[in-house]
Amino acid sequence: MNVDSKFLGLGYLDILSFQDTPVHRLDPRAKVLTTIVFIVAVVSFDKYQVSALLPFAIFPVIMIVRGNLPAAYLMGRLLFVLPFAFFVGMFNPLLDRDILFRVGSAAVSGGWISFFSILLRFVLTVLAALTLIATTGFIGVCTALEMLGLPRVFAVQLLFLYRYLFVLAAEGGRMARARSLRSFGDRGMGVKVFSSLVGHLLLRTIDRAQRIYMAMLSRGFHGEFHFRRPFKMGFPEIAFIFGWSALFILFRVYNLPRLLGGILTGVAP
Amino acid sequence: MHMADALLSPAVGGIMWAASAGAIAYSSRKVRQQLDDRKAPLMGVLGAFIFAAQMINFTIPGTGSSGHLGGGLLLAVLLGPHAAFLTIASVLVIQALFFADGGLLALGCNIFNMGFFPAFIAYPFIYTSLVNGKSGRGAVTFAAILTAVVGLQLGALAVVLETVFSGISELPFTTFALLMQPIHLAIGVIEGVVTAAVVSFIVKARPEILESGPEAGTAGRYALRNAAIGFFCAAIITGGVISRFASENPDGLEWSIARITGCEELHSPERGVHAALAAVQSKMAFLPDYSFKKNGESKTDAARETAGSKAGTSVSGVVGGVVTFVLALLIGLVLKRRGEKG
Amino acid sequence: MSHHIVEVENLRHVYTDGTAALQGVSFRITHGESVAIVGANGAGKSTLLLHLNGYLAPTSGKVRVGDLPLNKDTLREVRHTVGMIFQDPDDQLFMPTVYDDVAFGPFNLGLPPEEVDERVMEALTTVGVAHLKDKSPHRLSGGEKRRAAIASVLSMKPDILVMDEPSTGLDPMARRQLISLLRAFTHTKIIASHDLDMVLDLCERTIVIHGGEVKADGQTLDIFTNEALLSECHLQKPLSMQGCPVCGKG
Repeated sequence: MNVDSKFLGLGYLDILSFQDTPVHRLDPRAKVLTTIVFIVAVVSFDKYQVSALLPFAIFPVIMIVRGNLPAAYLMGRLLFVLPFAFFVGMFNPLLDRDILFRVGSAAVSGGWISFFSILLRFVLTVLAALTLIATTGFIGVCTALEMLGLPRVFAVQLLFLYRYLFVLAAEGGRMARARSLRSFGDRGMGVKVFSSLVGHLLLRTIDRAQRIYMAMLSRGFHGEFHFRRPFKMGFPEIAFIFGWSALFILFRVYNLPRLLGGILTGVAP
Repeated sequence: MHMADALLSPAVGGIMWAASAGAIAYSSRKVRQQLDDRKAPLMGVLGAFIFAAQMINFTIPGTGSSGHLGGGLLLAVLLGPHAAFLTIASVLVIQALFFADGGLLALGCNIFNMGFFPAFIAYPFIYTSLVNGKSGRGAVTFAAILTAVVGLQLGALAVVLETVFSGISELPFTTFALLMQPIHLAIGVIEGVVTAAVVSFIVKARPEILESGPEAGTAGRYALRNAAIGFFCAAIITGGVISRFASENPDGLEWSIARITGCEELHSPERGVHAALAAVQSKMAFLPDYSFKKNGESKTDAARETAGSKAGTSVSGVVGGVVTFVLALLIGLVLKRRGEKG
Repeated sequence: MSHHIVEVENLRHVYTDGTAALQGVSFRITHGESVAIVGANGAGKSTLLLHLNGYLAPTSGKVRVGDLPLNKDTLREVRHTVGMIFQDPDDQLFMPTVYDDVAFGPFNLGLPPEEVDERVMEALTTVGVAHLKDKSPHRLSGGEKRRAAIASVLSMKPDILVMDEPSTGLDPMARRQLISLLRAFTHTKIIASHDLDMVLDLCERTIVIHGGEVKADGQTLDIFTNEALLSECHLQKPLSMQGCPVCGKG
């Protein structure tokens, strides 16, 4: 992915998180905890599981719909990060050729089943992460984690990083553009030019850190950051966590699609 | 080399989460103890800098393809191990949440693979002892390349091990390692060259930045080694605890525990909480069975049988799956309609 | 009300690399005054400002704020009295939301949360950005950022406002609004700027710095009509005082 568009994506997710929907209004802790339960439930299936994973799609689907998120956009993001899981998973059909079952005359090997299982896990876990950030926002996630016990130093680090991500990305983007406008073909793209560009960017960054520090000192900073915690766990939050978790456990314990399929095809499972 | 949720078992993911969380807690305490207030904004903007620097590419000589800075080693050189580790971890959190690089469960693995090895192993043990006050370009370049290579090799090996232990991918250890290690050797050399070039630039332009920078002297090293040992112990204990809850089939982890301890299984009392948990576990199979098999060796019949039954041997599995999927989409559509009306 | 006085006496500052940025600067600014500090790039303006809240320590000479000589023991008190607004609002707004940023100072003063909240809302309302309180700074426009930065200082209730180039990066409309906002403040104001038209609008007194020394200190109007002085210090008459380029009339 082109890095420029990568940052556009980041900004877009950030904008999505500023919406006002029932999902956005929930305490971030509820969403973080539920997402964790979801992911653990999904990845805890054994590697040949496909059908039992399907009901889990209901969680991201409902988050996307109730959170007013653009489904097509999130699918696009999925495709961009697919490669690693895809390439590693691709070996499964090649290496595991034991026939598990037949559909009509076609034999289906264990490798193909586990490959589809990997793809399905991938879609579910990545969608869960994306919907979490798009409905909660980074600040919300950080504050939630801090309230759940993340060390303060690290929470401050995450928030500082996020604050200056946009500022510095704009700076880096301007530099990259200025150079590419004046380099033709591969000229000026070598390590030498690169190191001086990045070096300058680094010096400017360090100077900025110093100015921020001055601004902090001049407003009386003496080592402590204070967090506002405008969240509260009310009935909707409790219901959200326990409702979803109960559903995930149900999905995890009973293979609903198989039961359903059994009823529909009239074959006892 | 972001590890992905989809390839991870909860046990491996959990162990690596525990290890990374421990390293974050330890580093946070260290950074606090250093009482250098300046570091808070500096770490923050340097984390953002890594993203900005990645927007600038360079041509890799002789290949025509382009690369960008990874940044872990550069952060260690600028900040010292503890602050660098936290900064790398924060970068990975952003990548996991916004770019979906890896995923949330895999975050523990990724922080460990890409943060712990460069910041706590490669940098203090290789870079500082090789550079050791020298600022000549040759010395810095050599040290940087070696450090980057070692850091990335360890990280890549960790990815391989995590994948193999998780048992979701079929790739056997040797094949996967033979794929990953050489690729990361090349990436490591490039990362080293680029880091050395940037460090040399800074040494020339503003030497004071590096002089006052990291504090990774010999004094810190002893504590560091203790910490490293502590993490590994924590990881092993966590792994042991989790594997007690695992299914009763002898799996990879238990197999290796059996080899180490000499007894077949860690025995747990069959009453009370344990029995109840075991009942839940046998239903949920919290740990999928690790097929820790060598190249070409086929699975046991028993494993194949369970696999077969779990996949939904009959047509009913397929039919049910399709119906469920359609149902999920329908629920989404109905909710959306209602939301638009309301 | 002697709190609002700033006195600089024979201030010299030599950086560690040997650059003498200030070579004996003296002035006294009294209660309620609005004073501009002008000078070309590298004249020493920023170095001077950084002494006023003790970020830099003088190589020799003295800085007094109110009744207090500026030194290590009085640093906290002085930083409370002198509100510093930096050139780039992105450096000043470092917290995740506008509210958190404006609350940063009051929390450091050790105020209880209710009072912090009161002060934050008051400061945000004064500069007219109360509706943006939950936004992230990176989502604000240039003018909004500048206002939020000013609010982040106002919430500490300083007696003296020190500003470094407050009008840079603003579009004409935002600049106009900023000027009328600043004019409404009753604080003692010290403004370093290249924007001489704004200086003409806001400050009755101007101090010209050149080569680390005070070249002139007097009525803004007198200084801006002294063409020899301006060109010696690499400055230029404000546009509003120059003759009309079309008809030639002043």
